[in-house]
Amino acid sequence: MTASLIAVDWRVACRVSDLLPERGACALFDGAQIALFRLWDDQVYAVGNRDPYTGAHVMARGLVGTRAGRRTVASPLHKQVYDLVTGECLSDQGVPSLPTWPVRVRDGVVEVELQRG
Amino acid sequence: MTRHLVVVGHGMVGQRMVEALTDRDTKAEWRVTVLGEETHSAYDRVALSRYLTDPAAALGLVSEGWYDGGRRTCHLGDPAVAIDRSARTVRTAAGRELTYDALVLATGSKAFVPPVPGADLGGCHVYRTLDDLDRIRAEATSARAAVVVGGGLLGLEAAGGLRDLGVPVHVVEFAPHLMPQQVDAGGGEALRRLVEGLGVRVHAGVGTASLQSDADGRVVSATLTDGTVLDTQLVVFAAGIRARDELARSVGLGVGTRGGVLVDRSCRTEDPAIWAVGECAAVEGSVYGLVAPGYAMAEVVADRLLGGSGELAEPDMSTKLKLLGVEVASFGATQGPLDVVFSDPVAGIYKKLVISDDARTLLGGVLVGDASVYAGLRPLIGRALPATPETLLFGEVSVADDAQVCSCNAVTKKDVVDAITEQGATDVPAIKACTRAGTSCGSCIPMLKSLLDECGVHVSKALCEHFAYSRAELFELVRTSDIRTFSGLIAAHGTGHGCDLCKPAVASILASLGNGYILDGEQAALQDTNDHALANMQRNGTYSVVPRIPGGEITPEKLIVIGEVARDFNLYTKITGGQRIDLFGARLDQLPQIWKRLIDAGFESGQAYGKALRTVKSCVGETWCRYGVQDSVGLAIDLELRYRGLRAPHKIKMAVSGCARECAEARSKDIGVIATENGWNLYVAGNGGFRPRHADLFASDLDTETLLTYVDRILMFYLRTGERLQRTAAWLESLDGGLDYLRSVVCDDVLGIGADLDASMAAHVANYSDEWADTLADPERLARFVPFINAPGVTDTSIEIVYERGQPRPARPGELPLEVLPR
Repeated sequence: MTASLIAVDWRVACRVSDLLPERGACALFDGAQIALFRLWDDQVYAVGNRDPYTGAHVMARGLVGTRAGRRTVASPLHKQVYDLVTGECLSDQGVPSLPTWPVRVRDGVVEVELQRG
Repeated sequence: MTRHLVVVGHGMVGQRMVEALTDRDTKAEWRVTVLGEETHSAYDRVALSRYLTDPAAALGLVSEGWYDGGRRTCHLGDPAVAIDRSARTVRTAAGRELTYDALVLATGSKAFVPPVPGADLGGCHVYRTLDDLDRIRAEATSARAAVVVGGGLLGLEAAGGLRDLGVPVHVVEFAPHLMPQQVDAGGGEALRRLVEGLGVRVHAGVGTASLQSDADGRVVSATLTDGTVLDTQLVVFAAGIRARDELARSVGLGVGTRGGVLVDRSCRTEDPAIWAVGECAAVEGSVYGLVAPGYAMAEVVADRLLGGSGELAEPDMSTKLKLLGVEVASFGATQGPLDVVFSDPVAGIYKKLVISDDARTLLGGVLVGDASVYAGLRPLIGRALPATPETLLFGEVSVADDAQVCSCNAVTKKDVVDAITEQGATDVPAIKACTRAGTSCGSCIPMLKSLLDECGVHVSKALCEHFAYSRAELFELVRTSDIRTFSGLIAAHGTGHGCDLCKPAVASILASLGNGYILDGEQAALQDTNDHALANMQRNGTYSVVPRIPGGEITPEKLIVIGEVARDFNLYTKITGGQRIDLFGARLDQLPQIWKRLIDAGFESGQAYGKALRTVKSCVGETWCRYGVQDSVGLAIDLELRYRGLRAPHKIKMAVSGCARECAEARSKDIGVIATENGWNLYVAGNGGFRPRHADLFASDLDTETLLTYVDRILMFYLRTGERLQRTAAWLESLDGGLDYLRSVVCDDVLGIGADLDASMAAHVANYSDEWADTLADPERLARFVPFINAPGVTDTSIEIVYERGQPRPARPGELPLEVLPR
């Protein structure tokens, strides 16, 4: 029973090709907004869409990039920069982290594991 | 349907061709087949000499599995041998028959072997492929001495490699000095001294007359045209290259007078399905033997194959390299109207700057023995000298403590140093604040920068960790090359994949250079949220919508439409400081519907979201006002329509006042115009903002035509030389020579770029197109305006609104959202 529960926790978001390279998009799961980003190498990341600094649901509309080798997204409102892998805010001390979710791509389909969300 | 590209040739440029197309071909329009003559995958031929001493050197350019046999296929050791242009097929040596939709010739070149008697003897080699180098290495062990025929870049590379293998080397150069293509006589002489100091014998100004052999047909000596006989068992020809154009010749395609497949600036041959890139191509007759122009050609063809209109810009033939441990660099012109030369035969250093005859503009230079200033100088080509030539050549200044640095304000070097070391000034603005140095004419600003450097304060203008260049430097790199993509730019001049700082800056540069619709292709990924949504994001993630109202003049009918749209979409409405109307609170998915209504009523984007022209504010002028002396509204509308959509380092605001009473507050704008009895007074570089600054009077009593020319040039010069997010006020203050210098560039054309600036602005005006109309016309572009990728029709309920003074506004934290008012 447990095994099948974990299996259904991988939720389909979209096709990788629906995401523009180096750009984000927002997916909605049971009312929760999750920002998905496809990077230059087709790696996909999932973080919370809510900007911890302003409370607005905008992270999917931020610019991605790297800071000293870490993959990042910048809030489009006040430009705080977050680590896409850990969710940690790299630019400002004391700003809460973004929640993150495991993502996988199978047969060109992006799936997000909602178990921890 | 997928089209088929066949690339003939698998060298550096051929490989780049496939990579460039793969990068850009996001819709998978093409599949590619590559035919390589050598049995090796593409390798870095520029680093060939490394392979001579280290056969294990990793020079490969293609990672395992990159050619997947599907969309990308590569056949090694199977060169193309015939083309059938009418059937569009290529036949290979192994008998493959490939049909193509497009054919790219990237066959490169072969080594040129001068017609020397004995050139075909055993022990004679060319210096071109890995196989050539394997043979040279094998024979070097038993050679007592080697002769390299050719004292250019390749010849010195070969000499360096042979020397490292322990073989005594002679270099024979027919021209009077070494590296005649890159450096002048003085540089060549310095180079000779350095190279001879390393044990390489140089014979310049002589040819190779003949080669003699032993009984086995192996070379034993070389006789030069001056009668010298050199004992040698190994001869390497590195005397130049000849384009491999035989395939093109065999099917009747034109070739250049000195060889090479004749192509236009799009790299297309006279056959529209056949292209040529790299060393086998003769672009408008010229063959380029460096890899950078070849890469640029590959990018152009990739762009063209996907429907673009890229053209090869004048290639940058600048080079910097280390030959035999000696640094050699040349950039721009190597000879010119004025030369500033430094030569130190003892230290083996030769430096030359080529400058314009008014001694203000850097045209090029040659550096031998010490090329450390190359990186700083090369981006300055065609630009005003930021310091004296001596300072530029040595990157240092030496001034007595009590010497006046700023004569306008009588500030000494000691005053400035104290400001830095004791008052903690870390940049030029801080020095200005402490000492007033540099606040008047601005001519001492380079000196202030050097003093900061001297005191150990490093002022970096680097854009971010991905680019070591400032925005202005990057602008020049893009403008003077044919790079028109972020990936191309970062590959050529940066590292990594970019970030939220460099991407929008580069996007703005590309837009300034007229790269078309800002959300097409790769450009889309670079745009800041505002430019991506073509609207201004507000604190709650909704957007504001600002239609353009040129000069603030609007008909009642259009006002009614704005009112209706605001009412129907429940938008907060406010008159802006720029005499237009801002509609707040639009959700991402509402933007296209809102703009459909506005565009149907004759509105267009107001670019309130872009680092671009915002508005041209005006007073009502002589049309109605009893004090007005000119038609200020008419001019404001003309200016706004002329410069609308112009992307810049930062936003640009303008205003036109109809008389000296200045009701339009023009002196607080980047460009301000105030009417006089005789015409217009032009003011520049004002702003409100954090640090208000009144605009400076630039010119008086201009007629409208001259006014437009001046504004054209000022804006274009700002676009080219401004730094990231630098308003015109800060820009003018940072210009060495300040206002006078700007006048000399704009009015007297001291840089000789006036016509170029005019043409750039004319191109902007001619190519303007409304971004919102373009967006609405294309379903693919509209697809971006959905709130949720997996639930396109669902409304974002996280946006909470309350009402105040009869209009909606974002709810503050903890505020109870109210029901949306019924319409």
